[in-house]
Amino acid sequence: MGKTTAEKIFEAHLVEEPFPGTKVLKMDVILCHEITTPIAIDDLIRRGKDRVFDPSRIKAVIDHVTPSKDTKTATQAKILRDWARRHGIKDFFDIGANGVCHALFPEKGFIRPGNTVIMGDSHTCTHGAFGAFAAGVGTTDLEVGILKGVCAFRQPKTIRFNVTGALPKGVYAKDVILHIIGKIGVNGATDRVMEFHGETISAMTMESRMTLCNMAIEAGGTSGICQPDMTTVDFLWPFIQGEFASKEAALAEYSKWAADPDADYDQVIDIDVTALQPISTFGYKPDQVKFVADLPDTPVDQIYLGSCTNGRLEDLRIAAGVLKGKRISPSVRGILSPATPKIYKEALHEGLIDIFMEAGFCITNPTCGACLGMSNGVLAEGEVCASTTNRNFMGRMGKGGMVHLMSPATAAASAIEGKIADPRKYL
Amino acid sequence: MKTFGGPALFLDRSDINTDEIIPAKYLTEITKEDLKPYILEDLKLPGFDPKGPKTQSARVVVSRANFGCGSSREHAPWVFEVNSITAVIAESFARIFRQNMFNCGMAAIEFPKADLDLIFSHAGDDDAAMNIDIEAQSLTVSGGGKQKTFGFDLSPFDKALVLAGGWVDYADKKY
Repeated sequence: MGKTTAEKIFEAHLVEEPFPGTKVLKMDVILCHEITTPIAIDDLIRRGKDRVFDPSRIKAVIDHVTPSKDTKTATQAKILRDWARRHGIKDFFDIGANGVCHALFPEKGFIRPGNTVIMGDSHTCTHGAFGAFAAGVGTTDLEVGILKGVCAFRQPKTIRFNVTGALPKGVYAKDVILHIIGKIGVNGATDRVMEFHGETISAMTMESRMTLCNMAIEAGGTSGICQPDMTTVDFLWPFIQGEFASKEAALAEYSKWAADPDADYDQVIDIDVTALQPISTFGYKPDQVKFVADLPDTPVDQIYLGSCTNGRLEDLRIAAGVLKGKRISPSVRGILSPATPKIYKEALHEGLIDIFMEAGFCITNPTCGACLGMSNGVLAEGEVCASTTNRNFMGRMGKGGMVHLMSPATAAASAIEGKIADPRKYL
Repeated sequence: MKTFGGPALFLDRSDINTDEIIPAKYLTEITKEDLKPYILEDLKLPGFDPKGPKTQSARVVVSRANFGCGSSREHAPWVFEVNSITAVIAESFARIFRQNMFNCGMAAIEFPKADLDLIFSHAGDDDAAMNIDIEAQSLTVSGGGKQKTFGFDLSPFDKALVLAGGWVDYADKKY
């Protein structure tokens, strides 16, 4: 019997199976941010164990609230900053170099096919786009990861998604993953890896694959995983060219993590995207989705472009393509948070920032921002946001506020019309 | 012998998420104790008051499917812990929340829907209480003059974490 990608990664990283069904794995990369790490650091200090297993395998960033907004968030940033300095963690990203963790760390080439990755952040599943096993964990798992470089998992089963067809105009990776979550439900992949296959995925950029894998957790998934291919190698090439004689050699090496054709799956789900249309959520759960065409007269107060789901350059290009030469409706506020300084700079050089500003958008620094309502862009009670983020829980962006999840194109079209709008007429 | 138990708080809805358990704006607190007043602040359920006496006296939460979905924040188990709630009973849990509970030495225990419906039949009893015996893997539900005992599954690893009091000490000794 062949193996899935996750099974291969588990086998290669197995430290031991202390009890049947529980596997302790060696971690390749431990990612940290300033919200969930400081309490782990404090606890390690309190236990007299203020150590890190390997500073070169730990990457840290201040991204959720930056620049700090008050004494508490300044303290969280300081704890992370002091700890990174104390332990010689070279890959620490502070103000001026910081951005949304799940956009910044891949941009730096830190995640490779076959890696095991944990972070105290549920959207860590994003990194599975590189053919890695990447899982969000709590602070205690993170703490043990920092101290010992291991993490325990139940061996997850895998759901295989065969995604076929060319994406129609105005339909993107975000629509695909919202469609999948709508189909299987918010609990549909709990304790499962979501392994994505098919020509639609093969044709996607790494940015789109990250959007896809980012929302695996919204179906309960442990990790999203895409198969490593030449697109993966091309993305990583600036970082790996010293390790391989050629791209073909890198591909040959990375392909060993690809799922075997005879692997055993918990479920196989076929998705044909040919008839897909732009999608938006309509309720307070990510599986409550409709075609935008079926959501007429849904006014919004705020548009948010950004986040680890859709704050990358490709997303900004798509949204700018819709907004070019247009003004957003006077009834809405538009906020753009480019996900990293590099993305911000490239958007500036390409003239995208001009387009957003002329349309009436406010541009913030790279940060998680409005997505989870803990820094800027918070909604007032009863307000509604059309957002490119990943979670629409009640109150997520501010108490009493409502969030509709959608692609950057749909959010941009909605900005123009002041209500949820179909982007296809602007493309 | 490790036991958990006491008065129950019934939250009769599926997919109760971590934002409802503890909103993100409180994730700036540096100590677990500071989270205490904000337990379940954004949860809207008929008849439920996050600041009411039932929340205050509860030692066990009873809920439905996919409890704790959403964020990885361990602040969700912590806000229960500092409010003396050390066990959650549900039809199913989101993976990260369930692991966080055991990693903290607390219990997240699953019951089939049929058993859970029987447990929920006590939701109207003012004296509804749960007694959980981790080693015997049994739950005794009492209330309204009735009592019933249920068995439950628990992985040997999760049981070891509860008995060890959490994952950090366990892992530091072992790895």
